[in-house]
Amino acid sequence: MMNGVGREIPESIVGIKNVKPYIGPFSYVPTGRLTGSAIKVNKPRSEKVLASIEQAIEASGLKDGMTISFHHHFRNGDYVLNMVMAVIAKKGIKDLTLAPSSLNTINEEIIPYIEQGVIIAVETSGARGKLGQLLTSGKLSKPTIIRSHGGRARAIECGELHIDVAFIGAPACDTYGNINGVEGKSACGSLGYAMVDAAYADKVVAITDHLVPYPLFPISIPQTQVDYIVPVEAIGDPKGIASGALRISKDPRELLIAQYATTAIEHSGYFKQDYSIQLGSGGASLAAARFLKGKMQKQGITASFGLGGVTAPFIEMLEEGLIKAVYDVQDFDIPSIESIKKNRNHQEMSAAFYANPHNGGPIVNQLDVVILSATEVDVNFNVNVITDSNGVIMGAVGGHQDTAAGAALSIVVAPLLRGRLPMVIDQVHTVCTPGETVDIIVTERGVAVNPLRADLKENLKAANIPLMDIEELRNIAYEFAGKPDPIEVSDKIAAVVEYRDGTLIDVIRPTA
Amino acid sequence: MLQIIQPSQAGTVESNDILIILTPVSADKGIHVELTSPVLKKYGRQIKNVIQEVLREQGIDAVHVAANDRGALDCTIRARMMTAIDRAAEEVLG
Repeated sequence: MMNGVGREIPESIVGIKNVKPYIGPFSYVPTGRLTGSAIKVNKPRSEKVLASIEQAIEASGLKDGMTISFHHHFRNGDYVLNMVMAVIAKKGIKDLTLAPSSLNTINEEIIPYIEQGVIIAVETSGARGKLGQLLTSGKLSKPTIIRSHGGRARAIECGELHIDVAFIGAPACDTYGNINGVEGKSACGSLGYAMVDAAYADKVVAITDHLVPYPLFPISIPQTQVDYIVPVEAIGDPKGIASGALRISKDPRELLIAQYATTAIEHSGYFKQDYSIQLGSGGASLAAARFLKGKMQKQGITASFGLGGVTAPFIEMLEEGLIKAVYDVQDFDIPSIESIKKNRNHQEMSAAFYANPHNGGPIVNQLDVVILSATEVDVNFNVNVITDSNGVIMGAVGGHQDTAAGAALSIVVAPLLRGRLPMVIDQVHTVCTPGETVDIIVTERGVAVNPLRADLKENLKAANIPLMDIEELRNIAYEFAGKPDPIEVSDKIAAVVEYRDGTLIDVIRPTA
Repeated sequence: MLQIIQPSQAGTVESNDILIILTPVSADKGIHVELTSPVLKKYGRQIKNVIQEVLREQGIDAVHVAANDRGALDCTIRARMMTAIDRAAEEVLG
């Protein structure tokens, strides 16, 4: 059947329960009740600290066919996932579903475990490198499920993704299982993604390289949810976990895109006292933060909150009083980690609070403006952030779908050409974020407003930016590069891309 | 009409450029293009077309072309081909 973005979704897909095609961003109405973890008990003076990961795996009761989870706050510096998988493989446990909040290049080490059948299915926000290639190959017996951060929180909380054992990398953990992310040599800041896993997994194992005497304060993940604790030498490489504050780009093209994006925000009608904003971590987004700060200072406007994926420019604005509070699901650099530790108005939040569409209201619903990046955009404003120009998985959906749907104004920034590749095309290879939730596309050669937003188009007429139809942007790109040939794919389904509400927005097939 | 009499190269492997290496072959071998490119699936066909087109325009009917593309536009491919040919060829009487 054809779904709401014109993609053919089979009525049933082997390995995927209950296939529902995407209709519209808020069309699907959920029913039923939330799920919960197994009931736990811990008698006074019993010991949670175990000597090894192997002991913890045995104590957790992990068996063939179960689902395990990890979180990706350590980014490309993560040791936990690889370390735990090596022990699981050695123990001969197999047929597992691996459900991390995302996967990084460093996790390529687990490829042999997929090939050996230790892992037979993967559910993630994305993957890169050789792991992305493997997940696109169709060699796994079940299709990979790609979910946004909000979609993953939803799937866990409603029971679609049941986690048997969650392994939580704990930068600081006391002897009774209270965890935070702000202390220790592997501090990563917010533990937003792991909070959902800890609350809903049947068994929770904390792996820490900074075990402290009871009690730990502040607490991000509480002792009530943690079953076992394993001290290890290192849970991550600090250099891979967070960089210093990134330099603001000197690339004239990125600066021009940032300038157009911020001018569009300024004239959009949303740039007023107490507006709220989320920015990505790409070059143009970081530059946009700088430009926006200048406009806010000049016009005497302050923001009510900033949301993220937090980076240093946000912290600068927070500490200068330009943003009242920052809500944080993940930190990208050292200034952000330091800020969440010391600033009271820098609030850690779970992925569910951030973006789960099926609760009393995630914070993305309160968002005025978001700037997002893209791998490809099409003339219907659909965005691809998961597959590359060869149709291979090399990115992650992250909070893209969630913030685009929640924000009053969603702006996608991209260069019109990357190398030879046009970024505005007839049809994206994979739809991740539906065009009806995307309002403006900003490139260095022109800015296109979604025809659904006639109000916005009217407001932007006064702005000094090159407004044009999206087809015109595509035409300029094709004039330089030529019209790209379509990527040939096979009939098999290697992965499904869920929309945040659990419906299927697209499928990814192995390339021919 | 031109004949490729010596190996030559033009271009670089910087982004948006293409490195062209021409190697002479005997007349009966014809034209052979060996292309590597990060955009092979979307533009491989078009890149090969441009290379063939330039060779045809210059009247070259036997050469081995090794093209290491880094996302070059057609105008760049054309320019690098022309330079490589200039460095490799000699006019022959038809």
